[in-house]
Amino acid sequence: MPHRTFFWFILPSALAMLLFIALPIVSVVIQSLYVDHDQVLVVSENCGPFGCTQSTSVDAAATAKLSEAAPLGRFNGLGTYLNRAHLATAEIAQAWRTSGGMAGFLSQVMSLPFYKALSFTVAYTAIVTPLVILFGLAVALGVNGLPRMLKGPTIFVSLLPMIVTPLIGSLILYWMIDADGILGKALQWIFADPALSLKASPTLTWLTLFIYGIWHSTPFAFVVFYAGLQTVPEDTLEAAMIDGASRWERIRYVVVPYMSPLLVFVALIQLMDNFRVFEPIVGFSAQANATSLSYAIYSDLRGDNAQYASAATTSVLTVLGVAILLTPVLIRTWRDFNRKRA
Amino acid sequence: MTLFRTAALGSALAILAGTTAMAGCGIGAGNVSIIANDFPAIHTIAEAAEACAGDGLTVTANMTKDHQTLNLPGLTSNPAQYSVAVIANSSIVPLMSDGLIRPLDDLIAQYAPNLPDQNKVTVDGKVMAIAFQANAQHLFYRSDMLEQAGVAPPTTYEEVLAAAEAIKSKGLMEYPLALNSGAGWNLGEEFINMYMGEGGALFEAGTANASIENPKAVAALEMLKNLTAYSNPDYLTFDSNATQALWESGNIALATLWGSRGGAILDAEGSTEDVVKSTVLAAAPTVGGGSIPASTLWWDGFTIATNISDEDAAASFQAMMAGMSDEVIKAHETDALWLSPAYTPTPASVGVIETVKAGAMPYPMLPYVGLLHTALGDNLAPFFQGSQTAEQALAAVTAAYTTAATEKGFLK
Amino acid sequence: MSIAAQRRSAPLVLISSALVAVWIVVAAFPFLWTLWGSFKVQGDFFSKADWMNALWGTRTIVETGGPFTGAGYEGAWVEQAFWKAALNTGIVVIFTVIISLTLGTLGGYALARSGNRYAFWILMLALVFRAMPHITLVSGYLLPFFEWNLWGHLPTAIIVLVAINQPFTLWMLHSFFLNIPKDLDESAMVDGCTRFQAFRHVIVPVMWPGVITTGLFSFLLAYNDFTVTALLLNQDNQTMIPKIASFLGSTQVEGKVMYAVAAVVSATAPLFVLILFFQRQIVSGLTAGAVKG
Repeated sequence: MPHRTFFWFILPSALAMLLFIALPIVSVVIQSLYVDHDQVLVVSENCGPFGCTQSTSVDAAATAKLSEAAPLGRFNGLGTYLNRAHLATAEIAQAWRTSGGMAGFLSQVMSLPFYKALSFTVAYTAIVTPLVILFGLAVALGVNGLPRMLKGPTIFVSLLPMIVTPLIGSLILYWMIDADGILGKALQWIFADPALSLKASPTLTWLTLFIYGIWHSTPFAFVVFYAGLQTVPEDTLEAAMIDGASRWERIRYVVVPYMSPLLVFVALIQLMDNFRVFEPIVGFSAQANATSLSYAIYSDLRGDNAQYASAATTSVLTVLGVAILLTPVLIRTWRDFNRKRA
Repeated sequence: MTLFRTAALGSALAILAGTTAMAGCGIGAGNVSIIANDFPAIHTIAEAAEACAGDGLTVTANMTKDHQTLNLPGLTSNPAQYSVAVIANSSIVPLMSDGLIRPLDDLIAQYAPNLPDQNKVTVDGKVMAIAFQANAQHLFYRSDMLEQAGVAPPTTYEEVLAAAEAIKSKGLMEYPLALNSGAGWNLGEEFINMYMGEGGALFEAGTANASIENPKAVAALEMLKNLTAYSNPDYLTFDSNATQALWESGNIALATLWGSRGGAILDAEGSTEDVVKSTVLAAAPTVGGGSIPASTLWWDGFTIATNISDEDAAASFQAMMAGMSDEVIKAHETDALWLSPAYTPTPASVGVIETVKAGAMPYPMLPYVGLLHTALGDNLAPFFQGSQTAEQALAAVTAAYTTAATEKGFLK
Repeated sequence: MSIAAQRRSAPLVLISSALVAVWIVVAAFPFLWTLWGSFKVQGDFFSKADWMNALWGTRTIVETGGPFTGAGYEGAWVEQAFWKAALNTGIVVIFTVIISLTLGTLGGYALARSGNRYAFWILMLALVFRAMPHITLVSGYLLPFFEWNLWGHLPTAIIVLVAINQPFTLWMLHSFFLNIPKDLDESAMVDGCTRFQAFRHVIVPVMWPGVITTGLFSFLLAYNDFTVTALLLNQDNQTMIPKIASFLGSTQVEGKVMYAVAAVVSATAPLFVLILFFQRQIVSGLTAGAVKG
């Protein structure tokens, strides 16, 4: 395709992304290198409905003067990246020196907020992504084999976990798995353990979040694969059948290779989305047992003092994490791409 | 769009408009635009203020849980998107630190000379906000359960523990107690309440250095852990919705809940008559032989933006004052614990009033307290799960806070 | 694959049918439970006292006199004017989907057909863009939007939704276009069509399964979005999800959870129609072998 044609085809899309994503990303990266000015504190008498106290507040005028001089704040370089809330290099070095063995070292590292969040994020991504692809493909093949009449309703029902907004979906499930809820009671009955609670133990909370993630994302993989199955050329399949290929062989050697761009696509999107896991943690009130990088950003930005630099830093680290995670898939895409060029 | 909203609000408004205000409430022209959290008292005020619209006066309100994310940029732009920001004693600080809200002394002198001192939030002699409602967490107990267990209503947390033990050992309930102990903001708040009750100070006076690594903080944590031993094992997920549902189901007999939830607990909805009839609202208990309740007092109030014209500021101030006039408050007494001489306390507000009378401390209005609160909420759970000692957890809190406060420029 | 389906062995049919059946139960049960519960009062829906209450409606009978109540629906739609939020969502969703697909189809097609290295790097860049958490992006928009008076309006939210959904749309359509054989449009160009004509007359007719599927996801993204709509729209322009979130109450104040439940259930109804349409499109779209070229 000539460069000119390509340019006009891609222009509207590229423009939208440049303005609303690329520019903000640049500003986020810059923001992550700066921290706030020193705040000028003053002590004065503050009064309210419940009496007066000596209290500290920020001298707004004096602080404003500082920020006028340098609107971006104090340059901090990679300081925010390396501090305790993020990569915590100093703390890790300290833990390495003081801890007796590997176990002690690891437990100290895992109590640092960034690594705690990272460990859940990585576990979630590693477990949910392959299972979603597997289940999605299985359901797509199953639905494809159904009589035509049943396909419509089945597709609709299959999409329900994705349709019901995660905000409410996770809340409803959260109440259902409560020790007094229907699923919680059912599990207690199945395992004959009346004290079983999915919310109390870290392991069970992780498991619950994984299962929710699979339940919520399988419809996505299913729909993409199902749509892809509709384009698998019939004659190739028939030829394979005439050659005596079993159903499994047909899937393995005809369907899967034909759908490989879609498989790559689903893998990419799922890796990325799962790495940014956030909603179920809030929906299931799981902060005590599981936090993720996205949750750390959210927690930095809300509250009475938003920590923009810290949130920006975690965001950049998230993007880097996604990039590392996607490298194998990207290399594959690069090879495909070059084959296409050839 | 104001018209549209007003129409949708329906008859309640029509009555208000009839009783409190002629068109414009005599305010004159101006733009009033309110950003607020989403709660009944502010709905009442905003609706009454909106009834003043007309004659060149426009009143709009954006009531959303995300108000804190929006009010900072919304008031920073010049001209500001919002002329009024409704805040609480914790959320006023970022606006004040950035100089985004104006002193109200002139406006009070001109338009509300009789405003009682209890409504004025003063910083260094300047009124920065007008408070209109109060709130606090306090004790709820079931009188019938305490009677069956043979214990007197508790006034200290040590007695609460004893009462919970009595109820449990009599086999009345397995998990008789609940706090808003969910990890995150709620758990941080519980710690601050208990620590204040122990007589602790969160910071070294006059500085932003956290001072929570001391025996009082350890005692506060130990007390919380002892209390949660009588809670359902899910307690690290408990927020207000969960604890209220627990109370209404009749599964617990002792709880520390928000006063503003009292009305909903005492109404006929969601609970059996036995539970409602025996529910008693009392002051927050004291702890560790301290003399003041282990709870912090909260107020909600309004502020006026700096980056707006003086006309709009005057119009906004008057519209908000019209919104919290005596008539409005008398007509909506169940909405909140109003800070107004016109308000007669309702049964639902007894617990908060008792807590205030007993001398509980206000939640500190410090520029960096939010950072410590977040650090507490994020780092205390391992102590409750048994994977860290109290000292280790508090050290982790201090480390997390120090990192955040350094980044925000409060610490060097 | 109809012939293939007929020739399957009995155990395979059984296993695959059983799998679909299990999946349907797992997928549908929480929703059916919610649908049933939406006609109860809150005490029964959450049924802390005894989960069986949710089945029999014990509290509902006490509080309303009958085992079912429409109070949640009435409260949401009549008292809280949920229809206004539904209308706003409708506007946001329709425009987001149309604009996303128009931009994405053009861009995705170009990326699928271009053999140049930069096409690959654009795709990679789009992935990096997509990795950025939305909350960070949206927090960055707030101040400029307030400053330029863009904040609060529906078009702003629509453009932002289109933009942050563009990487996904591009990638998905690019993957679908890769599936459409190259010879198809290239032979048209040999016959004298320009690139755009080839696209318009040869590709457009066969691209619908991919476009419709991508459209479904754009639709769901805009429909279920919370971060963008909650932070960029003012109350008059509020869409359904932030409205539903506002029913849930806050730490201090009890919400109207049953309004939220009723609203969620009713929000699913239009999707039913949409998906019936969608499934007919993707089932009938390519089965005639249009791709074979």
